[in-house]
Amino acid sequence: MRHIISLLLENESGALSRVAGLFSARGYNIESLTVAPTEDATLSRMTIVTTGSDDVIEQITKQLNKLVDVVKVVDLSEGEHIERELMLVKVRASGKDREEMKRMADIFRGRIIDVTDKSYTIELTGTGQKLDAFLDALEDGAVLETVRTGASGIGRGERILKV
Amino acid sequence: MELTGAEITVRCLADEGVDYIFGYPGGAVLHIYDEIFKQDRVKHILVRHEQAAVHAADGYARACEKPGCVLVTSGPGVTNAVTGIATAYMDSIPMVIVTGQVPTHAIGQDAFQEVDTVGITRPCVKHNFLVKDVRDLATTIKKAFYIATTGRPGPVLVDIPKDVTIARTEYEYPASVSMRSYNPVLKGHAGQIRKALALLTEAKRPMIYTGGGVVLGSASAELAQFVRNLGFPCTNTLMGLGGYPANDPLFMGMLGMHGTYEANMAMQHCDVLLAIGARFDDRVIGNPKHFFQEDRRIIHVDVDPSSISKRVRVDVPIVGDVREVLSEMNRQLAATGAKPDAAALKAWWTQIELWRARNCLKYDRNAAIIKPQMVIEKLHEITGGDAIVTSDVGQHQMWAAQFYRFDKPRRWINSGGLGTMGFGLPAALGAWLAHPESTVVCVTGEASIQMCIQELSTCKQYRAPIKIVNLNNRYMGMVRQWQEFFHGNRYAESYMDALPDFVKLTESYGHVGMRIEKPEDVEGALREAFSRKDDLVFMDFVTDQTENVFPMVPGGKGLSEMILV
Repeated sequence: MRHIISLLLENESGALSRVAGLFSARGYNIESLTVAPTEDATLSRMTIVTTGSDDVIEQITKQLNKLVDVVKVVDLSEGEHIERELMLVKVRASGKDREEMKRMADIFRGRIIDVTDKSYTIELTGTGQKLDAFLDALEDGAVLETVRTGASGIGRGERILKV
Repeated sequence: MELTGAEITVRCLADEGVDYIFGYPGGAVLHIYDEIFKQDRVKHILVRHEQAAVHAADGYARACEKPGCVLVTSGPGVTNAVTGIATAYMDSIPMVIVTGQVPTHAIGQDAFQEVDTVGITRPCVKHNFLVKDVRDLATTIKKAFYIATTGRPGPVLVDIPKDVTIARTEYEYPASVSMRSYNPVLKGHAGQIRKALALLTEAKRPMIYTGGGVVLGSASAELAQFVRNLGFPCTNTLMGLGGYPANDPLFMGMLGMHGTYEANMAMQHCDVLLAIGARFDDRVIGNPKHFFQEDRRIIHVDVDPSSISKRVRVDVPIVGDVREVLSEMNRQLAATGAKPDAAALKAWWTQIELWRARNCLKYDRNAAIIKPQMVIEKLHEITGGDAIVTSDVGQHQMWAAQFYRFDKPRRWINSGGLGTMGFGLPAALGAWLAHPESTVVCVTGEASIQMCIQELSTCKQYRAPIKIVNLNNRYMGMVRQWQEFFHGNRYAESYMDALPDFVKLTESYGHVGMRIEKPEDVEGALREAFSRKDDLVFMDFVTDQTENVFPMVPGGKGLSEMILV
């Protein structure tokens, strides 16, 4: 099962490698991992997308909690939550395809953020599935380059992850 | 007054109550050694190899209730220490390791004797720190001791660049620290404890299984009260020996790969299992699938939540300090007056006695060649069962565990988790420094002892009167046993050719050496050795090469699928 785990950790050098090292040492999967400082500069917020049986996920959260730099751990997929991912995609946009590409970007609520006479760079946010759907919708060979951030997640409503 | 980082480091150790630090000097730690030279509160023990420094600190920590402390230099000092650190980590031993590092401006430049210490040790420490600013030094050392000794204990490393040892700041050792990200749970959940006691008192075939957590958590007295009050059978893991008195009739012996027939059968067939400070590892329950062919309820008490439901599903998890939880269990039992099912328990004990009657530890007592088991039995007799016994890893370790019946905690010191050959001798030195009035024995084999033999020199320097019992069968015995059982008697590279003359070797280090070749000489040799109170005596026992450790649960098999004599 796919799980999205959020954690708050001390914003110290080496904290990221403790988390990454834990996953590789114990053979857990990482589908994506994103991290950045929060509004409190002493804390970083990390979102990890992983897969595993219930037993494995329980171990992952326990092992994460055991890391001395980790302040809090929440499995967002245990409740209602929202997740978003950002993708930048450079596509071929010349001749008759140029107008079609603009329309596709609009349909997916993407924004064109860089233009040349042969290409567009489109910014798109959404769930991973939506980003996949956009790429699938483009013609073969249209994509020149993609870069994705991996998912960030947050609980719905009153669910708050805070120290 | 402002102090240098080196002064601060040594003052912190002294203020933390460190009496011994085990180490080896080198370029990056010279300023710290200079400060050690100038004071006498912290005594330095100079080993002959950094691995031994960590093992000695480890043996010290296991023998008393204080953390061990190590000081090594950067680069090779650290990499040599890694085996010792991993050993301590696997067995949850409280320890603080101070390492030198190249100056901050040189970090990452591939400087002389530079390694990424924090990176290399990260997977085998509870936590580690790189101190880049001298103003953080005292707080960091305080945190290191706090983390190492609380919750599930473990080694914590503090890496100090050379320029930080020269920089100056005001010194104040913090009385305490609090960390928002580290708050171990100590008190067990009262409701869970109630549930556990209800399960236990209704059990038809109860079993209590305890590990190193009871020894490290100093909970033996509470455990004994609990077990005797209920009259349940109790087994200990290799790490937990001495946690419950081995000579008590309720004790089933050690369990696991080389556990007793009765302990393993009772584990397999119990209906309620109480696990305390133990972690169901592969050497203990064998194949988990086979273990779960029988239906049973499991209660698991552990200070580390991640140990619970890691290898087996647990019905009643209790996170907490084992002594606190056992005290609360004893209190609740007394308050409610709950009693176990007497008739069922009687029937269960009848079954257990049948298993026990198999006499699974029997061996040939009339052999013409020295049997290793006999040496350990005689050792037990002559030391009154009250020595501190360290061991290396292999057959001799298992025989010591099976035949030296430990009645008290912190008497049995061995590398259970990592299985580190070379551990025994330096650990014995550390244990002796913790208890200089005690008899300290290192049970070893001719293969293991050679992995840290250089520490005979350290023992001479500090006049450590350790007694070394070398069960010399000219083979890496446990490897040979596996090759006999599972590899068609092809003894690939397990024969120890070109052995030194251990008597001469010991004598050249300035100690006493003895070679014992006949069964009838064993007792006399042991008596003579132990009468030499002030000498290190190396007893080289020439033992039966073909002897194997029984019972044995082969790898991948279930607990009740033992090979017996």
